[in-house]
This record gives sequence, structure tokens and C-alpha cells, in this order.
Amino acid sequence: MSEGAQTASMGRSASGILATALRYAAWVVLAALVLTLPKMFTSSFAFTLLSLMGISIIFALSYNMLLGQTGMLSFGHAVYYGLGGFIVVHAMNTITKNSLPIPLPLMPLVGGVAGLFFGIVFGSVSTRRGGTAFAMISLGLGELVASSALILRSFFGGEEGITTNRTKLLRIFDWSFGPQTQVYYLIAIWCFICVLAMYALTRTPLGRMCNAVRDNFERAEFVGYNPQFVRFLAFSLSGFFAGIAGGLAAINFEIVNSSYVGAEQSGTVLLAAYIGGVGFFSGPIIGAILVTWLQVMLSDITEVWQLYFGLLFVGMVMFAPFGISGLLMMHAPLWHARVLWRLVPAYLLALAAGLVMLTGVSLLIEMAHHLSTKTSEGPMMSFMHVPFSVHSFLPWLVAAVLVIGGYFFFRLTWPHVEGAWHTALMKAREHGSAA
Amino acid sequence: MKFGWRAKLAGAVALVAIPFAMPVSGADDTIKIAYVDPLSGGMASIGEVGLKTFQYLADELNAKGGALGKKFEIVGYDNKLNAQETLVQVQKAIDSGIRIITQGNGSAFAHAINEFVAKYNERNPGKEVIFFNYAAVDPALTNEKCSFWHFRWDANSDQKMEALTNYMKDRKNIKKVYLINQDYSFGQAVRSAAVAMIKAKRPDIEIVGDEMHPLAKITDFSPYIAKIKASGADSVITGNWGQDFSLLLKAAADAGLQTDWYTYYAGGTGGPTAMKQAGLNHRVFAIGEGFANVGYGPADEFEKAFRAKYKADGAGGSNLSLFYPRAVNEMRMLQAAIVKAKSIEPGKIGAALEGMKVTVFDGGEGYMRADDHQFIQPIYIVSFGERSAKEPFDEEGTGWGWRTAGKIEAANTVLPTTCKMNRPAS
Amino acid sequence: MYLGWAALLELVLVSTLNGVLYGMLLFLMASGLTLIFSMMGVLNFAHASFYMLGAFFGFQISQFTGFWPGLVLAPLLAGVIGALIERYGLRNVHRHGHVAELLFTFGLAFVIEEVVQIIWGKLPLDYRIPPSLDFSAFTIFSTNYPAYKMFMLLFAIGIFVALLLVLTRTRIGLIIQASLTHPHMVGMLGHNVQRIFMLVFGLGCALAAVAGVIAGPALVTQSNMAALLGPILFVVVVIGGLGSLSGAFVASLLIGLLQTFAVAVNLSTADAFGWFGIHTNPLPFLSDIWFVTVAQIGPIMPYLLLVLILIFRPTGLMGTRDT
Repeated sequence: MSEGAQTASMGRSASGILATALRYAAWVVLAALVLTLPKMFTSSFAFTLLSLMGISIIFALSYNMLLGQTGMLSFGHAVYYGLGGFIVVHAMNTITKNSLPIPLPLMPLVGGVAGLFFGIVFGSVSTRRGGTAFAMISLGLGELVASSALILRSFFGGEEGITTNRTKLLRIFDWSFGPQTQVYYLIAIWCFICVLAMYALTRTPLGRMCNAVRDNFERAEFVGYNPQFVRFLAFSLSGFFAGIAGGLAAINFEIVNSSYVGAEQSGTVLLAAYIGGVGFFSGPIIGAILVTWLQVMLSDITEVWQLYFGLLFVGMVMFAPFGISGLLMMHAPLWHARVLWRLVPAYLLALAAGLVMLTGVSLLIEMAHHLSTKTSEGPMMSFMHVPFSVHSFLPWLVAAVLVIGGYFFFRLTWPHVEGAWHTALMKAREHGSAA
Repeated sequence: MKFGWRAKLAGAVALVAIPFAMPVSGADDTIKIAYVDPLSGGMASIGEVGLKTFQYLADELNAKGGALGKKFEIVGYDNKLNAQETLVQVQKAIDSGIRIITQGNGSAFAHAINEFVAKYNERNPGKEVIFFNYAAVDPALTNEKCSFWHFRWDANSDQKMEALTNYMKDRKNIKKVYLINQDYSFGQAVRSAAVAMIKAKRPDIEIVGDEMHPLAKITDFSPYIAKIKASGADSVITGNWGQDFSLLLKAAADAGLQTDWYTYYAGGTGGPTAMKQAGLNHRVFAIGEGFANVGYGPADEFEKAFRAKYKADGAGGSNLSLFYPRAVNEMRMLQAAIVKAKSIEPGKIGAALEGMKVTVFDGGEGYMRADDHQFIQPIYIVSFGERSAKEPFDEEGTGWGWRTAGKIEAANTVLPTTCKMNRPAS
Repeated sequence: MYLGWAALLELVLVSTLNGVLYGMLLFLMASGLTLIFSMMGVLNFAHASFYMLGAFFGFQISQFTGFWPGLVLAPLLAGVIGALIERYGLRNVHRHGHVAELLFTFGLAFVIEEVVQIIWGKLPLDYRIPPSLDFSAFTIFSTNYPAYKMFMLLFAIGIFVALLLVLTRTRIGLIIQASLTHPHMVGMLGHNVQRIFMLVFGLGCALAAVAGVIAGPALVTQSNMAALLGPILFVVVVIGGLGSLSGAFVASLLIGLLQTFAVAVNLSTADAFGWFGIHTNPLPFLSDIWFVTVAQIGPIMPYLLLVLILIFRPTGLMGTRDT
């Protein structure tokens, strides 16, 4: 072995150790952040929101074990989330009734086991097929369970659902779990454990086999694994984590009802995972945070939030199919080569153009919405604190100019962005070869 | 990986920080009421009608000076017709300093809020919130699930059935009754009350059918109509609302089914249009605490002003009519209770409301029963069809309107309650 | 409920008519969905949205010109919109794979519903049956059968026959049929496969819109009508066998009749066991299942059927290719 090669390999291992250290450091930082986040905010709504985000992070990651990692598109993932939640509530009520010495923090595990159980049961019939057939079976199973939830009243509690009281279980360290802060910590710790576990899973041979099955079913078969069994395992485990998320939701809300298993819940987790990006482990986390935030907060800003939500989703599918994390990851080599700043001017320009166009679109939507639903309030409305009348011609003209002008402006800026991108990429490559 | 994590953290922090930077408005000169009902999605039309009604009522009270020098303000929260979301929105309302919550669409969500409020108040002494229910009619809310913090202004479904069967028992032409209801808690409550009460009051009436169909999932009711037809029923009792009501009537009209209809929510959005289209002239009866054309002066004045304000907000661009007289009672009694208690503390408002007697919107006396916080009020049976000179108001621009068929005095709507109320120690 | 034989016969006859009618409506939509799927491999989630668009366009046009022009113009309009969406939306997504395409239509359904709500509001519209058809065609014992429903039935059958003729007897139909099975070969023969795709997508959307225009006045024209019917539509095409038009036809009628007749049966598990002399529920915690009647679970039976079919006969009833 030549000297040069030796130093290179030493350098590699040194940088490898550094990368590993950084990776662990990232987890520590994340843990610290999770625990200190509440200290940064005073509003009690922060806890509610953070708790919701924690739950939906677990749920979205569990969904991505199917879609992103194993290539199974499910339209009924809420089944495992919801059934986990129902079992947890029933377990909590049984424990309270019989004064069993089981503390609340263990309850999500019950949900997980329930999710795993139903994952095994339904997975054994549905994972035998992949692709569209799997998607359709998941849709059918989802509808079946959701409709049954309204018929089987003693288990699902009909429309009202089933309620519980999280403070009545055995207390440890005198934590009652009444205040939202304490529930937040419970969710945060479970979230951390689950994220860690799911990340670790992607590094195991099973995780790798899942990727193989996703990428090429036949080849995975030739390697000697049973790809159907790999799918089945991934599905069951994904049910396990979904069940934990459902259990945490049940603890958080102290109520479960048929909407937990419904199509809307299944659709939301699909949107969250996809918008975040199914190709990267961090994608669903970003998506879950964003989508939860949008769901809770956007309805305050505009009544037609669902339209914006839908447009965002369609836009992502069309222009950024790898999600937000995919967009971020595209920039990773530039960041490493320290040439990312070169993109800033072009991005700012494009952003300005994009914002102009979006403002126009949003203005159009809001005016149309005002016209169709708020006739009694008169033609006056305000957009971004500017009052005007929807009956006059000017605002429509302004909106049209914004949309069309913004579009052409954007088209003009796009070559700059592409140019800047290529220059930066070339620089990055030089940097890479120089290193 | 480095970049991914950092970017993720930065993104997360930036995103999470936005809602926390929201201003928390805790202005002292307003009494805020959180209106938590669907404001988006398929059921939004119903939620919006309620929101407009409450905003109108707040304006009316404010024009008279509000209460204790403070103005009323209604803040809408969109519960997206989902129990979890309902609780998130209630939490959001409480966190922004609101301590009075009102909701009505869907007993399931009322149950969720009721439980939540009870637990919240237990865990947060001194920061109690109170829940005013204006339309969720599950009897359980004022029976086994009753709470000091819950007040209901709508007659519950058992009371309505009591009043309805009191009316039906004198109609000798009723011989065969068919029950068709939505398959969920409210529909169940309607059917079981109907079966029990008809049996007790008119044992000679034969119940020839007892149907439960899935909620809001049926697009074509003709199979059900065929069944009703085959049973030979002369009257149908239904608690259906929304599209389940209008589609049912449409299918009945298509098949030429000639029966009387006894309903809870014929007046709901789209209902009058469907009745007119089906040509069921004064053959559909509805039950409720008040309707246009009841013929009570102050109510007529109110109705006129209300319709003038919401001129084109109803179905098909017609004027919006007052669907919630109970909301009027609720807001006026809230104002009276605040004045009486000289406080806007929910605990004191609640105490002041207990047993309070008022003249209700459509005339006559009503009172808030202290035992279970159920408002007791006169109930009307009305039919829908062509109007006479005494009936000034039409509905949804159909030209047809309500006509009073019977009035059940408050005393005859009282049912016993199983409520054992835990009052907060004061 | 004890019925005389006449009442029973009436129930059966009327239910059969209703079931066939519902089935034909489903088929109008399922045929388009099947065509689109077999050609492009996309299960169009937004297909029911075009059914809804058809009804709303039909309503809007009928406000100006009456019902009949709407019957022609609304599907055309919906078809053009569908073609444009294929050209400028779906085609761009195509390179990201089938999952992205499926998700694109999933999002599209969402957006269409919201846009419809913004334009027409959330209340049901007063979409009337044309006066010329507002009478009862005939009477079965005592039930009137409306002429409009008869018209719907005949119209749907007419469209079915026309579609069949176009597909089997015309040049374009042959090309479409060829593209169903051998798209590459058709492309190599010099046909513009992309344009055929756009055409078929538009045609499929127009067929769904036809169903919307004729169903709108008879059922309900409201912004949730797509969401109500969408899932059933998938059940139909999957049960029939993806890509099989005749399968879609059989499955549409099957589901239509199944749902209609399930309503008429007031039988519960308890009754069924009762025949065998078992009168106590052997499993107390399953009391719900014990007392639920067939009529109550009627609406979920299609999904049960779907899951069973996919497990035991994944190609569907008449499908040739594996889902």
C-alpha cells in the first residue's frame, strides 16, 4: 500500500469518526432541544401545539416506513393509529377501574402492541401484494374499519367515542399528568425514543432489505430474501409505531372516537410525509411539524385554508416530488463546499417574484371567497390590512397584474437561478476535487 | 447528514416559533365568547349560520350597552367537525384568555367539550371556563353526563319527542308509523324515545318500520322509500338533518309517497327547498322552540331586522332566517346573568344562571332548571307550506312558510333527570 | 315486517330498477376511470370530482339556457378541463412515477372540491329536473316511477352502447384499444400516444361529467358529492378488474344492486341464528355484531367485497392483469 493511499484512508477514517461523532451530537442536541423547548415559550398553547407535533412526528415517520422506505402507498394507515388509541383508552379505563399498579407513561406501549397486533392481522392479508393492489386494499380496509367504528358501539363508543381520565392512574414522582406541560414531556420522551428507534431500524439489515424491496422486488427475491415477508415485517412494525402515536394522542386528548381511524386521518399523514419528503429520514419530521402547524393555525388566518393546503400539496407533487427535505438535501453539496451563498441573490430575486405571484393568487382566492360567502358583510374586505371593495374593478385588476406580472417576473428570474445553481455546482465540484 | 440535521432544527425552530409570537390578547373591556363549530368543509354552511347569528346577537347586546360596561365579542374557531380538533380549538381559545365557550353542532363534540371543560376546571382552579350548548341535543348531557359547567338552551331530543308525541296522540288519522333515522347517537335517541313514547301514549299505533341508515353517506334514498311504501305507513318520524333530510324527501316525492312527516330539523339549511320541491304542502311537521310566523310581536321585529341584515346569505341567495331562537335566549340570559352576578367569572355566571326565569324569544316563560342545567321552554309544532295572510315570512325564497300547528307549554315538556350535579365549593 | 306478496313483488321490482339505475350511473364513471387506468396506469382519484364538476356546470348552464344544452355543454367543458389537467399537470408529474401521479390526482380532488365551494358555496343547489320530464313514467302497483329516472337509465345505456361502438367500430377506437395493451407499439406505428392519452383522459372526465349532469337533479348537487361517491367508484373498478370495461360494467351493476337490496333486508345475525334455534348471543361482548342488520351494514358491504376480492382474486372479476 502506498503512503499516499494510507494517509487517505486514515483521513477517511478520521473524518468517518468525526461524522459519527457529529451524528451522535445531533441526537444529543435534539434531546436537549426537546427538553428545553418549553422553557423558551410562555404561552400554554405552545405545549398543546408541541404535543400535537410530537404525536404527528411519530405517526408520519411510521407512515414513511411504508411509503418512503418500503415503497408501499397506504391509504389506511390511521387504522393502526386509531386502534392503538382505542386500546389505550380501554386499558386506561380498566386500570383505573381495578386500581392496577400501572403508571400512565407505559400506556403508549400498550398502544404500540395493539398497533403491532392489528398490523400483523391486516398486514398478513394486505402485504401479499404491492403497488396499486396494496393501496386499494389499504383503502378498503380503512373504509371498512372506519364504518365499523360507527356500528360496533361497545368498543368504539359510536359518535361520541370513549373518554378517559389520564390523572387517575398510578402516580410516580407525584406527576399527575393533569397539566399539559407534563403531558408534553411524556410525548416528547416517547417521540425521542421512537425517532431514535425508527432511525436505528433504517440502519439494520431489515431496513436495507426494505429499501431493496422498494427499489426492485425481483432482485430482492434473488438475493434470497422473501420480499413479501420483508413487506409484512415493515408493515407490522409501522403499525407498532403508529399505535404508539395513537396511544399518545389518546392520552393527550383523553378521548378517542371514530375519526381516529378515518380517511381524513389517513390522508393527513400521507400529506405530512409527502410534503416533508419521503426520500429522507428527516422528511416526515419536517412535514409533520409543518402540516400540524398549518392545520391548527391556518384556519385562523383564512377560512379557505383547505384550498391553500391542497394547492401546496399539488404544487409539491408537481415541482418538488422529493419534498422539503429533498429540496434541502439538494443544497447539501453546495453547503459542504461553502458556495451556498452564491445562490442567495438569485434566490432572493426568484423569491420576490414568487411572492408577488402568490400574493396575487391569494388575493384572487380571498376575493372570490368573500363574494361567494359573505354578501351580508357588504363588498368591503381587507387583504393584508388594506381595505377595499370587491365590487370595484381595481382590486381584481391589481390581482391579475400581480399574478401575471409575478409569473413573467418569475420566468425571467428562473434562468438566473439555474445559472447560479450551475456555477455554484461547478465551484462545489472544483472544491470537491481539490480536497 | 450534518446539513440535514441543522437545516431541520433551524426549520423546526423557525416554524415552531411563529405561533408563539402570536399576540395574546387579553383585553379587559370585552367579554369574549369562543364559538367552536365547523367553519370549513362540507358542514361549514351550518356553522356559518350559527356564527352569524351569534355575531348579530352580540351586536344587539352591545348596542344596548353590553354588560357591566363591557362589550361582547364572538370569536369563531373552526372545529372541522372533528373531536380532536374541537379540543385543540377549545384549548386555543382558553389560551387566548377566553372563558366562555359555545358550541352546538354535533352531540359528539359537545360531549368532548363537556368532558374537557370538567377536567380542565378541576385541574385549573381559579381559571374555570364555562360551556354553553345551543344545539347539541343528546339527553345524556343533562342526565348521566351532566356537569355544573354545561348549560343547554335547546330542548333535548327526549323533550322534543315528548312534545311531538303529545301532539301526535290527538291526531286520530295516524295509524301506522315508520321510523327512519341516522345511525348514530342522536338518531338512536330519537328512535328509542319514539318507540317508548308512542307505545305509552297511543298503543293502537303500529310501528311498521324502524330503520337506521348510515350518517351522511346515502346519495339515493329510493330503496328506503320503496320500503316505507311497502310497509303501508301513513306517517314517518325522522330525526334526519342536512342532506339526509333533503335527499329523503326528494326520493319520497319522486316515488309519489304520500305520508305525513314528523321531523326535528326540517327547517335546517336546504330543508325548506327540498319540501317545496317535493310539493309536500303542510305535510311536513317540525318541532322546535321557535319558528318564524309564530306571531309574537318582538320576535317578528327581530326576524325582520335579522333577515334584512343577512339579505343574501341563505340557500340559493335567499335571505337568512333565524334558525336558532335558542341562541337569542342564550345570549340574553348570559347578559342578564353577568349583570346579576356583577362578575364575568364563569363560576358566578353559572350560579346566576341556575333557576333563572326569562321571557323567551317567541313569547312565554322559560327557565334554566338548576337540577341539570336544561333550559325548559315552550315548544312549537309547525307545518311547512303555502302561507296565509297571518304568515309574513317565507323560507329560503320558496314562498312557503311555517304555520303553527300546536304549542306545547313549558310545563308539558318537563322530563325527569337522572343528573347528580357536583357543584364547585364556593 | 310481514309483507303481502304484492308488496314484496313491488319492493323487488322497484329495488331492481333503482339498483340497475344506480349501477348504470356508476358505470358511466367507472368506464372513464377504467379507460384512463388501462391506458396510463393512473388510478385517477379526482375522477369523482369531474362527476361533481359535471353537475355544477350543468346547473350553471341550466340557469341560462335550461337543462338540455347543459347536458351537452357541461361534459364538454369538464372534458376540456380534464384534458388540460392531463396536458399541463399530470404529464409533468408522470416522470416522477405512478405514486406521484396518484398523489397528484389525490391533491387535485381536494383542490377541486375547495374551488367548487368557493364558487358555488357549500349548500345544495336547486338543480331542477327539466319540466318536460317531470311526470311519472309508469306505476308499479302503487309506486310511481319518475320519467326522469327512466330517462337517466336509457341515457346511460345509450352512452354505454355508443362507447362500445366507438371502441370497436371506429379507427380511433381501435387505436385506443391497441394503446391499452401495447402503448409502445402504437407509438412506434407513428401515432401520437401523448395526444391519445390527453384525449382519453378528457373523454373519461367527460363521461364522469355526463353522469354528474344527469344525476345532479335527481340526487343532490353539493360540494361533497364527489367525496361521497369517490371511494365506491374505486371499489367498482377494482372488483371488476382494473382495465376491464366489461368487468367495470358487471361490477357497477353488482354494487348498484347489492347496495339497493341490502337496504331492503332487515336481517341480523341474531335472526340468522334464530333459524337454527339459537336464541342467545354466544359472545356477549359482540352484541353489536349480533344485532346489526344487513340494512345497516349495506353501505360497507362494497368495501368488504373489495378486500375479499383483492385477497382471493386479485385480478378482479374479469380483469386479465394483476393489480
